[in-house]
Amino acid sequence: MIWLINLSGLALMALIVWWFWLSGAGKARRATHGAVDIIVDDGVYEPAVIESNAGEPLSLRFERRDASPCAEQVVFHGLDVSEYLPVGETTTVTLTPEQPGTYRFTCQMNMYQGKLIVH
Amino acid sequence: MRTHHLPIQGATCQGCANKIRTALGAVPGADDIQVDLAEQQVTVHGDAEPEALSRALAESGYGAEPAEEPAEQPQPEPAAGDGESAGGDIQLSITGATCASCVRSIETALGGVPGVRDASMNLADHSARVSGQAAPRDLIRAVESAGYGASVIDDPRRADQEREEREQAHYRQLLRHTGYGLGVGAPLMLWGLLGGSMTVQPGTWSQAAWLAVGLITLAVLALPGRPFFVGAWKALRHHNANMDTLIALGTGTAWLYSMVVVLAPGLVPEAARHVYFEASAMIIGLISLGLALEVRARGKTSAAVKRLLDLRAKTARVLRDGGEQDIPVEQVVAGDRVRVRPGEKIAVDGEVEEGSSRLDESMLTGEPMPVAKGPGDSVAAGTLNEGGTLIYRATRVGADTALARIIELVKKAQGTKPPIGRLADQVSAVFVPTIMLIAVAAALVWFNVGPQPPFSHMMVAATTVLIIACPCALGLATPMSVMVGVGKAAEYGILIRQGEALQTAADLDTVVLDKTGTITEGRPALTRVLAADGGTEDEILTLAASLEAGSEHPLAQAIMTAAEERGLSPRPVSDFQALNGKGVSARLDGATLRLGNRRWLEQEGVTLALDDQAADLSKDAATPLFLARDDRVIGVLGVADRIKTDAAEAIRRLRERGLRVIMITGDIQASADAIARQAGVDEVLAEVLPEDKAREVKRLQQDGARVAMVGDGINDAPALAQADVGFAIGTGTDVAIESAAITLMSGSLHGVADAMAISQATLGNIKQNLFGAFVYNSLGVPVAAGLLYPFTGWLLSPVIAGAAMSLSSVTVVSNANRLRFFKPNKADRRTADGSNES
Repeated sequence: MIWLINLSGLALMALIVWWFWLSGAGKARRATHGAVDIIVDDGVYEPAVIESNAGEPLSLRFERRDASPCAEQVVFHGLDVSEYLPVGETTTVTLTPEQPGTYRFTCQMNMYQGKLIVH
Repeated sequence: MRTHHLPIQGATCQGCANKIRTALGAVPGADDIQVDLAEQQVTVHGDAEPEALSRALAESGYGAEPAEEPAEQPQPEPAAGDGESAGGDIQLSITGATCASCVRSIETALGGVPGVRDASMNLADHSARVSGQAAPRDLIRAVESAGYGASVIDDPRRADQEREEREQAHYRQLLRHTGYGLGVGAPLMLWGLLGGSMTVQPGTWSQAAWLAVGLITLAVLALPGRPFFVGAWKALRHHNANMDTLIALGTGTAWLYSMVVVLAPGLVPEAARHVYFEASAMIIGLISLGLALEVRARGKTSAAVKRLLDLRAKTARVLRDGGEQDIPVEQVVAGDRVRVRPGEKIAVDGEVEEGSSRLDESMLTGEPMPVAKGPGDSVAAGTLNEGGTLIYRATRVGADTALARIIELVKKAQGTKPPIGRLADQVSAVFVPTIMLIAVAAALVWFNVGPQPPFSHMMVAATTVLIIACPCALGLATPMSVMVGVGKAAEYGILIRQGEALQTAADLDTVVLDKTGTITEGRPALTRVLAADGGTEDEILTLAASLEAGSEHPLAQAIMTAAEERGLSPRPVSDFQALNGKGVSARLDGATLRLGNRRWLEQEGVTLALDDQAADLSKDAATPLFLARDDRVIGVLGVADRIKTDAAEAIRRLRERGLRVIMITGDIQASADAIARQAGVDEVLAEVLPEDKAREVKRLQQDGARVAMVGDGINDAPALAQADVGFAIGTGTDVAIESAAITLMSGSLHGVADAMAISQATLGNIKQNLFGAFVYNSLGVPVAAGLLYPFTGWLLSPVIAGAAMSLSSVTVVSNANRLRFFKPNKADRRTADGSNES
């Protein structure tokens, strides 16, 4: 019994490490016609992974449904872009990433997390 | 009976699914329709024709054919729209739209109406704006055929109101959740504190009573606690974890454990049959309270941007087709003539054509004095007309106005982070899973080496760790302060381009000031008039003005302005001649008049006078202009680029901050020294070619100085870029000066000292927040895990952890809000007083 509980505790820890850090994140959605609709609700961007090509203009239409102030702003790290997202509205963020790479986009405090993969 | 699979696209919610079901249901023979939102596919059973189904699907706006997704693509202008002027925008109120993809199908439907140039829908206020020449009834019909309802509305301001109401509603909802959580949790906690039994005796009334309490607590978790659980679940599916995860896990664990105790007490040793329903309910209540307070406090942190947004005028009185009409400001186009009456705001950027007035530009430049405006002067959107009526021609409208660009810049800067915040970023990115690991590890330690009963101790330690950890405080620490700091700076007419500049500007030791346009006005003005042989100053000035009336030289402008100010009118002259680099000559009343430099008049054989006084003028950095009638000098006019009235005071402030102030100029040493004396700088770098300014800055940096360069942003761009922080000194509306990290919209040098004071205050605030958040988490988590137990026997209650957690993020936001009351001038005065006393 003691061993069982200890083992399941350790297994749980391994599962946490694997799930949050080692296994891949959500499915990527490729930008179609340079535009993607992203829903901001319940602590996640949906979809959270966007793919696009370098040098192509990209419109990300963020629809913020979550009224909590956490979702208020979306910040694209490394692209010098940030935008306020009024509740209940769809806000279009237009950007043209010039350099290939992976750019994180998050809310101000990193609770909402997304990735923009530029090929 | 056949089965058809049809691809759909853009359907993201149940509302869309219903629309699709309705659309396909209308097709004869479609019996059973299943919409799979995840796979973006609809399955139809029945005998319907596939073509009919595809058509119905396409009409619903969710068809997957490429033709169905033109909303974001640049559409060719419909023929009807070609060559037509912008018709009035039509605002429609839309009903039945519930999600982003409804927006798309409505926009597609509206875009298909002939004459529509552009259609955009706003889901927030359920409105759509259509521009072009279409008739409203055609638009309404198009929306209705797409499956929604529409009517025309007139008031574009409703959106703002509704948004505010929605935010208020969220706040009230959080307060209600607090009420439910605490309403259930507090009596239970009180019962425990007053000595009531919190344990379950199997087979007695207490088991049934606790079961009832457990179900009530479940209601608390399921209703007010719902957002946390939904958020946690969604994040989990994305391999992500956030604050919701911690709260859901913490409250969920406490509730599950308690339910096991209630339902199957046999599984748990007798001493561990304690229930923790009160903890679950209290935590939900306390966290909701924390969030509500945070919503309130955060509303204030973005006050600066809201204030700027409020500066935008709603309408403009445009002179068109011989009449005047009030139109929404969005419809003003460049070239329109706009009338602004006293007390009204300037609607768009423009140039005055008629009238004269004073404008209060303080909201943009921070400059408190109203500025006189007359024909030819530029006016900026958002400034307030205090005096008479003006008619101006619109030059920049919409997103091009200075105000719009300022708002854009401030918003952008508020989203950037100074390097000091990066550590917190890295920590918060891995924070939640780490806390989960600590919680499990703590539970295992309690299980193996902890006192009896192990199960309840495990549960308490794990729950408390999950609840007390606060990623919010850590994540909020930097951005909240940056937001308030950048906003505060904007209030003083200081635009900070990057959060990084806040950190650098707080830590400077040398300021290099360009002379022309930075310390001085940048345009020459008449400083003195000397008359020889019993003439009067006014006579000399009148003659000089008569000579210069035809010249466009900056020195001539200075004389003309001075003559105008004294009410002197120039007289007409003949045979006007301008000699480059020498002066001007003309004939008046039969005599030859010459105005120019000493050397030229000497060459012309003129007898000089007033030579000593003229030399004195040179010492004060003024240029003496000699006026000669025929072959005699009759007067001397001193023209100088005067130092700004508040430059000396601002430089004194900079020196009091402990900065070394250096003036840099291309002028010769003597006149540079004269200005330097008046301005009170520490050092002078004279005779520096414009292209060498950057090198001088670099030289200072190599000597270990942290250098701010203050210049005009155009000629000084390389030096501004080379400096640790470049300050571009603007003139009201030049906001987008790329070469500088900081733009001062007013011409005053006080902006430099203000910017440094605000940066220091902001950086200090960030440090307090980060320190607080790190200390809170790194003390709170070990204590919650039970680190103090072996020494003192203390084990934190999950309820205390919930209170501490919600307090911590509110504290961070409130501390950032303190910055709003910071006054840069006052802070300096305090340092000044302090240094006097010591």
